[in-house]
Amino acid sequence: MFDNLSSKLEQSFRLIKGHGRITEINIAEALKNVRRALLNADVGFEIARDFTNKVKEKAIGENVLKSVHPKQQIIKIVHDELTKLMGGEQVGINTTGDPAVILVTGLQGSGKTTFSAKLAYLLKNKKNKSVMLVAGDVYRPAAIEQLKILAQQINVPVYAEDWNKNPVKISKSAISDAKLKGIDVVIIDTAGRLAIDKKMMREISNIKKAVTPQETLFVVDAMTGQDAVNTAKEFNNILNFDGVVLTKLDGDTRGGAALSVRTVVKKPIKFVGVGEKIEALDVFYPKRMADRILGMGDIVSFVEKAQEQIDEDDMRILQRRLSKNQFDFNDFLKQLRQIKKMGNIKDLVGMIPGMKKIVKDTDINEDVFKNIEAIILSMTPEERENPKIINGSRRQRIAKGSGTNMQEVNRLIKQFADTRKIMQKYSGGNKMTKAMRNKRRNKWKRRRK
Amino acid sequence: MALFGIFSKKKKEKLDKGLKKTKENVFKKLTRAVAGKSKVDDNFLDNLEEILISSDIGIDTTLKIIDRLEARVAKDKYFGINGLNKMLKDEIAGLLSENQSIENTNNWNSNNTNDPYVIMIVGVNGVGKTTTIGKLAHQFKKDGKKVYLGAADTFRAAAVEQLDIWAKRAGVPIVKQKTGADPAAVAFDTLKSAKTNNADIVIIDTAGRLHNKKHLMDELSKIKRVMKKIVPNAPHEILLILDGSTGQNAFEQAKQFTKATEVNAIAVTKLDGTAKGGVVIGISDQFKIPVKYIGIGEQIRDLQVFNKKEFVDSLFK
Repeated sequence: MFDNLSSKLEQSFRLIKGHGRITEINIAEALKNVRRALLNADVGFEIARDFTNKVKEKAIGENVLKSVHPKQQIIKIVHDELTKLMGGEQVGINTTGDPAVILVTGLQGSGKTTFSAKLAYLLKNKKNKSVMLVAGDVYRPAAIEQLKILAQQINVPVYAEDWNKNPVKISKSAISDAKLKGIDVVIIDTAGRLAIDKKMMREISNIKKAVTPQETLFVVDAMTGQDAVNTAKEFNNILNFDGVVLTKLDGDTRGGAALSVRTVVKKPIKFVGVGEKIEALDVFYPKRMADRILGMGDIVSFVEKAQEQIDEDDMRILQRRLSKNQFDFNDFLKQLRQIKKMGNIKDLVGMIPGMKKIVKDTDINEDVFKNIEAIILSMTPEERENPKIINGSRRQRIAKGSGTNMQEVNRLIKQFADTRKIMQKYSGGNKMTKAMRNKRRNKWKRRRK
Repeated sequence: MALFGIFSKKKKEKLDKGLKKTKENVFKKLTRAVAGKSKVDDNFLDNLEEILISSDIGIDTTLKIIDRLEARVAKDKYFGINGLNKMLKDEIAGLLSENQSIENTNNWNSNNTNDPYVIMIVGVNGVGKTTTIGKLAHQFKKDGKKVYLGAADTFRAAAVEQLDIWAKRAGVPIVKQKTGADPAAVAFDTLKSAKTNNADIVIIDTAGRLHNKKHLMDELSKIKRVMKKIVPNAPHEILLILDGSTGQNAFEQAKQFTKATEVNAIAVTKLDGTAKGGVVIGISDQFKIPVKYIGIGEQIRDLQVFNKKEFVDSLFK
């Protein structure tokens, strides 16, 4: 989807090219695309609308940075706003109490039981707490059994009353039992319920009143659509919960529900479920979630890095040289060093959406750059400015001086010539006639056949 | 007479009740947008867009519906809310494919009189697969069919126990092994024993799995393959269960499960809440997979045969 948004933004910003500033008119189309991207990610309808309005306010009047495409600049604003909305920093859970009580609530199938067991495991093994699980789902067939099995796997006691159908009473007795046993944290698993089920909502409210939990957590499936807004609102009205747990994030959903819930109830997302294994519970990273909703790799960091490293004046000079076909080895070297300053190549490539997977298992040889640098540095200033004069004997000298061989020198010079040709074509692109473009397009079409 | 007493008045009332909140919103907004106007204007389309997207219909399908509506309005002209409502319903219903005829749902033809009709249940975690099986078993049994259940969710804790309880409630036999057993082996055993005992219908439960986990999707393909050794045409039906509150990710679910197992029917669950399950409209349109059942509650009777007219009506009444 990101590629989709990206290319749509590209179209939108054809308008902006040549304008130095983002204005209401040239941003409208872009924002429409941003809004659609959010809706495709399942962000609530009204939330997406409010959000794009906010982005508009932020973006209008900003100068278009020369080094960065305006598309990327907008994406960065969107991303920054999104991250801000997701919550600044991580919020932990309160486990002080005698015992501390954590009430786990949510819709059917959101993953409450699995989360309860994962949380018990985390508190026990990472925080050194003694934990008790309470089987408060007395409705779903085998729900108690499920909790018992999970608890056994992680060696945590379960309080259950198989004959009792009253979760309020069960929870109360569980807490007295935990007190006697000196347990630190009690986690109460409850039955899934719909927010419009008055009877069941009254029940969960009664449980909360009876046990006065330190933490009431609302568990929500990351794949939830527009209904996330309603459900979160209703649960919060009745329970005023303390935090949100986002489950099944190991799927490929964009997880716009996270933004909906967060915006509607203004409560922190405390945990995310990222797998079926008992350890697969993670704390929440607002920035990662923003990336995910927008469906992008770390293009934002890429933009930030570019902003840090690339001198705008240099870029302007380079542009001029390119269009006048004066691009030489000195410029090439400068470019090379700028890219190197931006960091590890593999990391950089990984920031490009869709590329992370591809480069994960491949080795990108950083030495390639070292050799190129050495070859260029072995050229005389005259050769660097005017590569045409580099003949056979000069090449031999350069190869020797750089500790490489003739093939490598030849390859670089050829590559440089090719690059120059391509770059000139692009920088002079405005002058390309329509006929030329069509000709090229047809050629491509033919080739694809 | 159709199997489920399709949309008997009482059940219809229940569905209406479940969808009531939606309807009030939809109706109010649309009426407001249309009031006193003689043509479709931007304000109306904006409102319509909001309504459709808020039902999880998704932006692409929403635009498709709006485009079609505009084209119809240009051609037919439109007069007042009633005409428009009908047009809208027609357009949405047009995107939904369903079983060609209701009789089809009654025709458990396995192409071989000795073989049972095999239904394999697939879906992501927590959508309500096991509950749906319980309800289906109850309905088939009530209809006088001999039903067998296969507990091939051998992964999730207490999944076997859960299905076991449903089997008892419905009064049908179940074939099971221990948690951790090979699910394909369980499916194999179930078919074998169902065939020996001349069962009419077999329903195979499978573990919930996220569709982006390749090894788990491969496992499904294997379960499917192994069943053919007993019943060559099995599974006759691969029923994908979608949670009605799921958003646009349901598309990807439909795509990946179809890739692994050739899904040929869909059931949408949890439609008794505020979620509208609008995403199935786009899915049905794009993948041409009929929506067969909808789940509207936790009781054993709370399953209905899907009827697109009723579904769309309930949204826009």
